[in-house]
Amino acid sequence: MEGLLQDIVNGLLLGGLYAIVAIGLSTIFGIVRLVNLAHGDLMILAAYLSLFMVASLGISPLLTLFAIIPVMFAVGYVLQRFLLNRVLGKEMEPPLLVAFGVSIIVQNFMLMAFTPDARSLMSDLSLKTFSLGANLSIPVLYLINFCIAIAVIIGLHYFLQNTYMGRGIRAASDDPYAAKLMGINTQNTYAVAMGLAIMTAGVAGVLVGMTFTFYPHSGPQYLIIAFGVVVIGGLGSMKGTFVGGLILALAQILGARFFGPGYQLLCGYVVLLIVLAVRPQGILGRG
Amino acid sequence: MAEKRALQMDSINVYYDDFHALWDISLDVERGEIVSIIGSNGSGKSTLLNAIAGQLSPRTGVISYFGETISGLQPHETVAKGIALVPEGRRVFPRLTVFENLLMGSYTPKARQNRRQSLNKVYALFPRLEERSEQMADTLSGGEQQMLAIGRALMSEPQMLLCDEISLGLAPIVIKGIYQNIRQINEQGLTIILVEQDITRSLKAANRAYVMLEGKVVLSGSPSELTEERVKEAYFGI
Repeated sequence: MEGLLQDIVNGLLLGGLYAIVAIGLSTIFGIVRLVNLAHGDLMILAAYLSLFMVASLGISPLLTLFAIIPVMFAVGYVLQRFLLNRVLGKEMEPPLLVAFGVSIIVQNFMLMAFTPDARSLMSDLSLKTFSLGANLSIPVLYLINFCIAIAVIIGLHYFLQNTYMGRGIRAASDDPYAAKLMGINTQNTYAVAMGLAIMTAGVAGVLVGMTFTFYPHSGPQYLIIAFGVVVIGGLGSMKGTFVGGLILALAQILGARFFGPGYQLLCGYVVLLIVLAVRPQGILGRG
Repeated sequence: MAEKRALQMDSINVYYDDFHALWDISLDVERGEIVSIIGSNGSGKSTLLNAIAGQLSPRTGVISYFGETISGLQPHETVAKGIALVPEGRRVFPRLTVFENLLMGSYTPKARQNRRQSLNKVYALFPRLEERSEQMADTLSGGEQQMLAIGRALMSEPQMLLCDEISLGLAPIVIKGIYQNIRQINEQGLTIILVEQDITRSLKAANRAYVMLEGKVVLSGSPSELTEERVKEAYFGI
């Protein structure tokens, strides 16, 4: 059982990162019924923007969040307001295709602008750990990921539950016609919702960039993780997304422990399949 | 402003793409009146209310509200001017609580400032809503949802309330209660336009009525002038 506790802790901490990767995808699907296929690519775009700032200003990647958050909010807002809003409300396919197009454009833009080389957001946090007893050490970076993820998810939840704009976003999602009658500008609320979703993707992108190496085409890899988390946890439930992140990451890390590193991804998907078979709406999803 | 006329429509024509839904509609509503609009399914009653509320824009004609032209305004602008629509089928926000639904009614900046007073007024009118304020709206009964839809509309501090089929699908005893509420709201000074298929109920509550058929006004007058036979004649176009 040597190191099992360590693996569980690592899995849980990684789960926090997975949750923040997924929260934007889940939120925007819940509100606008849009599967944002560009979610992962926009994450990676934020990682490159952060890298650009780190390289030119010589600051810590975490500090770049102060710029990344407003910039990615604006990217999401503009994307929804001027592009995706135009194809909403008919069927699922047109927004899906537009998002797919955005994904391709963003990937190729990053390929042109940043070359296909592997990058990562280096900081002195990457190697630091602190130990709790003889058998357990906590990687500081993972702990930071986990804490930021929780803070972002709680913040988003609070905003949607307790502010006028947040309630307006939910109202516009429930019934756009009635929302308009109330004086809610639905086009604007959808854009704000997407801004928030992409903002969380931006934070996730910086954290992922600090934790792993990334390439211009890393986006889809994280999109798939986000899908996995959302399916396990249940769509439209923030708690579910968090729990889903923990479960997927635990399954991967424990799978790697018991069956070897080659089985890491497989174990994650097996758990996904089990959840789909037993509880298709996800663990905390609405029935 | 001493303008007595709350609403005036002059030869309104509304289209859904190529379909001509309202034909040269002219009507007027005095301040403080309850005016009833009756007609069968598809006669254009809901279209008329949606045109007033700004969900639809008339292709020709002018709608004025207390002397001010409002045709062509967006719904959020008409709400800000004091027109609130209780939509057909209630359309409460199912996954918001009763309290949140009411808050959404006061979304416009001006109404938002006075939301506490408005909320108290609505709770005084519908005590049931206060009891259920933390419940999700989709757990309410049909009658309660109708109260919520009306209360939500009142949260915008309207001077004019447009009610679309508020008795649809409700038990007679519940309908009676809702109509008492409508009278109370009217006594507080609101001008009300009722759209109903239920002729008897509607005529009883109203000061005046218009009868619509196939997108046109075919008959109008006070309830005593509009005997059931005359209405039926117009209604069925015999």
